[in-house]
Amino acid sequence: MLKDVSFGQYYPVRSFVHSLDPRLKILFLIGYIVAIFLAQELLALGICAAVLLFAILLARIPLGKVLRAVKGVLFLVLFTAAVNIFFHGGDKVYWDGPALLWEWKIFRVTQAGIMLSVFLVLRLFLLVIGSSLLTYTTTPVSLTDGIESLLTPLKWVRFPVHELALIMSIALRFIPILMDETERIMNAQKARGASLDSGGPAKRVKAIVPVLIPLLLSAFRRADELGDAMDARCYSGGKNRTKYKKLRFSWRDLLAFALLAALIAGIVVMYIFPVFPL
Amino acid sequence: MRIVAEHLSYTYNAGTPFAAKALDDVSLTIEEGEFFGVIGQTGSGKSTFVQHLNGLLRTPSSLKRGKKKDGTVLTVGGFDLTDRKTDFRALRRQVGMVFQYPENQLFAETVFSDVAFGYKNFAEKKPEAGEVERAVRDAISVVGLDYERVKDMSPFELSGGQKRRAAIAGVIVTKPEILVLDEPAAGLDPLGKREVMALLHKLKESWCKTVVIVSHDMDEVAENCTRVAVFSEGKVQYVLPPAELFRRTEELLRLGLDIPLTAKLVRALGQRGVTVDCDFTAEDLVRKLLALGGDQC
Ligand SMILES: Nc1ncnc2c1ncn2[C@@H]1O[C@H](COP(=O)(O)OP(=O)(O)O)[C@@H](O)[C@H]1O
Ligand SMILES: [Mg+2]
Repeated sequence: MLKDVSFGQYYPVRSFVHSLDPRLKILFLIGYIVAIFLAQELLALGICAAVLLFAILLARIPLGKVLRAVKGVLFLVLFTAAVNIFFHGGDKVYWDGPALLWEWKIFRVTQAGIMLSVFLVLRLFLLVIGSSLLTYTTTPVSLTDGIESLLTPLKWVRFPVHELALIMSIALRFIPILMDETERIMNAQKARGASLDSGGPAKRVKAIVPVLIPLLLSAFRRADELGDAMDARCYSGGKNRTKYKKLRFSWRDLLAFALLAALIAGIVVMYIFPVFPL
Repeated sequence: MRIVAEHLSYTYNAGTPFAAKALDDVSLTIEEGEFFGVIGQTGSGKSTFVQHLNGLLRTPSSLKRGKKKDGTVLTVGGFDLTDRKTDFRALRRQVGMVFQYPENQLFAETVFSDVAFGYKNFAEKKPEAGEVERAVRDAISVVGLDYERVKDMSPFELSGGQKRRAAIAGVIVTKPEILVLDEPAAGLDPLGKREVMALLHKLKESWCKTVVIVSHDMDEVAENCTRVAVFSEGKVQYVLPPAELFRRTEELLRLGLDIPLTAKLVRALGQRGVTVDCDFTAEDLVRKLLALGGDQC
């Protein structure tokens, strides 16, 4: 059951995308999200999808693995699609045939409704897959390094950037450890006859207590130990600390940046001069 | 109940870049009534093997409908663990599993309700209060805790060794036929270790027919086990009684394992030209040495 949590796990292969500067990848993702929201027609979204597919292939991550990231939001996506198909209405026609395809009480399926839900589903998929591509290709450590570096300007207004990055990296570091721990404790309780994945909601909530309490205790214990270990090494915050890995831009980053710029420029042009408006 | 494994292999995260082969064609049989030891370096697959014994880890054919059986055999008494239709719950009732650092599984408000947890889970129908109380009292007493004193205490108020006993009580409360323990003495002081081993002997005599322990402590293994399986990189290297196993000093050292103190003594004596043939328990070594007579020592 824990093995289904594939969203956001680093996928260790060597590729062009993996070797990009994390700061650039974060900016790329932000730019990409902006582009997706600027895209107002299917053609524009199609271009975004093509760029994403290209990036996935470059990153050498199996398509199946990437698509699995969508599983977590599948319900949301289907819900959105259903609402739009049955309630959107509108009388625009996109292909030969009546605008209104089917009607029953308050439900109306129209050509416009179908087009809109296709559009929204595609948009959500692109958002989720695009974001997961960032975490698939960037280790948690370089991700926090990137975020810290990007947030550096905020230090001028005394925002605790370093501390925030430290909290993030500790949290990220402990996710796999706590997942292991959860699995171990679940196994121990299953061996004592706990049924953790059957029964109604009330029963399941009750069944979670024997896992949650030992897990919390162990998390607190680990936090204590980590604090002691940091104290023992005289750790004292961000001032004058140097980095083990310096972030540097390279020609690859320039290349990726050019691609993003072209994408955004294209989408903006299509935003102003729509080709096949929805 | 007899445990039979043939051609058992297991890979964690199969089919991903994180795939790790943990068991590689393991075959061994554990007879009813044995005090069976499992030794090997860290990461050699000991825990992976023992977690198969109560179905916490499963063979591929027991997970997927219509998956062909692949020559793997894994049976515990009458349970066929390669079959999807096996009642794994009933199996778990028969095979108690004490994990490494079992005190980390304690969760309830009182020792009583923590120990009762397993008993209630496995009960066919809701058991009567008296029945639960009897079972819990027996389990807590047999592990050497004072029932009246600890039953209403929080398990977190107990000392380290007591916590471990309470956790073991929580597993044996259903009177499993087979008791499997993964490094039951790890992290305890010498006295605690001795007490746990003494407890296991007591349990073996009066409570569970078969005991399987994973251990790093060769003295413990030499003194207690009827037979020992040596794991190395997911494979079983030897399955032998300690008396024969610890004669293979050089092989064990090469596998990165320790040997019991008795075997070290026998080895050192051998290097000085004194051959002693013993079963590597301290008692037997002393007897054989005394029998040699004073002139040679
Ligand atoms: N939950 C797990 N996920 C992935 N790999 C694991 C897991 N548990 C154990 N392994 C790997 O399987 C191998 C055998 O581990 P284990 O059975 O725990 O060995 P031992 O108990 O002898 O120390 C090791 O290489 C270990 O890294
Ligand atoms: Mg282990």
